[in-house]
Amino acid sequence: MASNAAVPFWRAAGMTYITYSNICANLVRNCLKEPYKTEALTREKVHFSIATWNDGKAEKPVLRSDTPED
Amino acid sequence: MLRQATRLLSRPLFSNRSCVRAFATDVPATPSPDTAFVESWKKVIPNIEPPKTPSSFMSQRPPAPSTIPTKITVNFVLPYASELASKEVDMVIIPATTGQMGVLPGHVPTIAELKPGILSVHEGNDVTKYFLSSGFAFVHANSVADIIAVEAVPIAHIDPSLVQKGLAEFTQKLSSASTDLEKAEAQIGVDVHSALNSALSG
Repeated sequence: MASNAAVPFWRAAGMTYITYSNICANLVRNCLKEPYKTEALTREKVHFSIATWNDGKAEKPVLRSDTPED
Repeated sequence: MLRQATRLLSRPLFSNRSCVRAFATDVPATPSPDTAFVESWKKVIPNIEPPKTPSSFMSQRPPAPSTIPTKITVNFVLPYASELASKEVDMVIIPATTGQMGVLPGHVPTIAELKPGILSVHEGNDVTKYFLSSGFAFVHANSVADIIAVEAVPIAHIDPSLVQKGLAEFTQKLSSASTDLEKAEAQIGVDVHSALNSALSG
């Protein structure tokens, strides 16, 4: 079978394609002119809560969010 | 009892089937049902309809027409919106990692990974340009092009001063980076900002 063909530099550094693609998208979004920039950043906001489970019981959930808590 | 039937039916059939698979381009326009399976099913379970396979639910891709069509159909989609949906255009130039690739009707089927760059859609005398962050482009045999990108912005939406600032920042980070990962991130920053720069000036 084919041996290690020339890999892109980001994969050689241990990055996956999705990480690479998301970094590119973030850089592009940060270079936009004003109304479009805020639109793009609000569109890409994430808001989720993670709870780790231990022995069948949920620990206290951690809230991760781009929107500040009011 | 019925649970055993599927297991008994599947075992001998699969071992007899050859493992050679045809190319996707050779798929017939209408799916042919597997007659041997349907007959064995009816012998054992005459009252229930034989199960449908996933391919019978999908609509077949229309076969490549024998004459080259005059326009390509472009589907340009982003995660949050579909920019162009089945739009008929004369040509698209996509920023593939191997360079700017022009796609005309009748282009050989291709899968291309895209690098940050300009996508231009040519329709008659109008040219619409978008700057793509990265993505993929699939050109099918029937002159349909699917272009998917994570971010695509019209060139007019890009702020030149922010681009220059970013370029300077990442060039500086590249020279001061220590680990492989930092170097890769800085290199990505330099690539994206230089592409943005040439998009603004080109």
